[in-house]
Amino acid sequence: MELARVEGTIVSTIKADGLKGRKLLLVNLLSPDVKPTDNYLVAIDSVGAGSGEVVIVVRGSSARQTSDLSSVPTDSSIVAIVDSIEFKGDVVFRKEDGN
Amino acid sequence: MKLGKVLGKVWATVKDPKLEGVKLYIMQPIDEYEKPMGKALIAVDAVSSREGDIVYWVGGAEATLPFKDRQIPSDASIVGLVDRIDT
Amino acid sequence: MGIMFLCEVVGSIVSTIKHDCYQGKKIMLVRPISPDKKMQNGTMVAVDTVGAGKGEIVLVAAEGRSASEILKFESRMPMRSVIVGIVDKIQINRFKY
Repeated sequence: MELARVEGTIVSTIKADGLKGRKLLLVNLLSPDVKPTDNYLVAIDSVGAGSGEVVIVVRGSSARQTSDLSSVPTDSSIVAIVDSIEFKGDVVFRKEDGN
Repeated sequence: MKLGKVLGKVWATVKDPKLEGVKLYIMQPIDEYEKPMGKALIAVDAVSSREGDIVYWVGGAEATLPFKDRQIPSDASIVGLVDRIDT
Repeated sequence: MGIMFLCEVVGSIVSTIKHDCYQGKKIMLVRPISPDKKMQNGTMVAVDTVGAGKGEIVLVAAEGRSASEILKFESRMPMRSVIVGIVDKIQINRFKY
């Protein structure tokens, strides 16, 4: 899985039936120390993530193993909202600090 | 499967129910000389590894299978702890 | 991403704590090679099913269903890469056009 920050929402009217009613989010992949990268993904949200939140994205066929996405045509899903990250002994992210 | 080194931990309260009680680590894929291969990933721990451990992990569809009772939404799962590498 | 790889065995792993499906298995470190036997990057961990030793050129299947089939697991297991053969000889025909 990869760390990512939710940077926007995708609005799409005409889409595959399996995607109807699903929230599509634009996420920026992050390094482990929560620095932005040049890589963006569109991911299906299955946990109610909001703009600015740091999340975990699962890719590939594993993205369809979330509790409610088994028949959804997706290859990237948001499966968790990150509270805090410890990297090489330091706390590099805490959600309540809002960084 | 590939070798990896556990570098950190991620805490998440809000997550997919299938990931309840599952430990999530920051893991750097490495080669046999501990040289990094590609970028660090978030991996599910299935063997009680700890930070600093050298581990081996499975990717792709097989990463959904480390637990007997359920398939989990994971694309990288730690399946063994390395005691020693003989080269 | 290929499924079958030519690799050289570069070492083995001693591991006590592991997923059940790896219990009693020989776990090797392999490095992909080019057909002219040059070592490539991307060291893999693979379960040995043929008695391969260090320095040997082997065939590695890296796909979960093949692994489960070869090791006769009753259900699918979190394992992908398996050494399925020891290579005796690689013959390359170099055609001139």
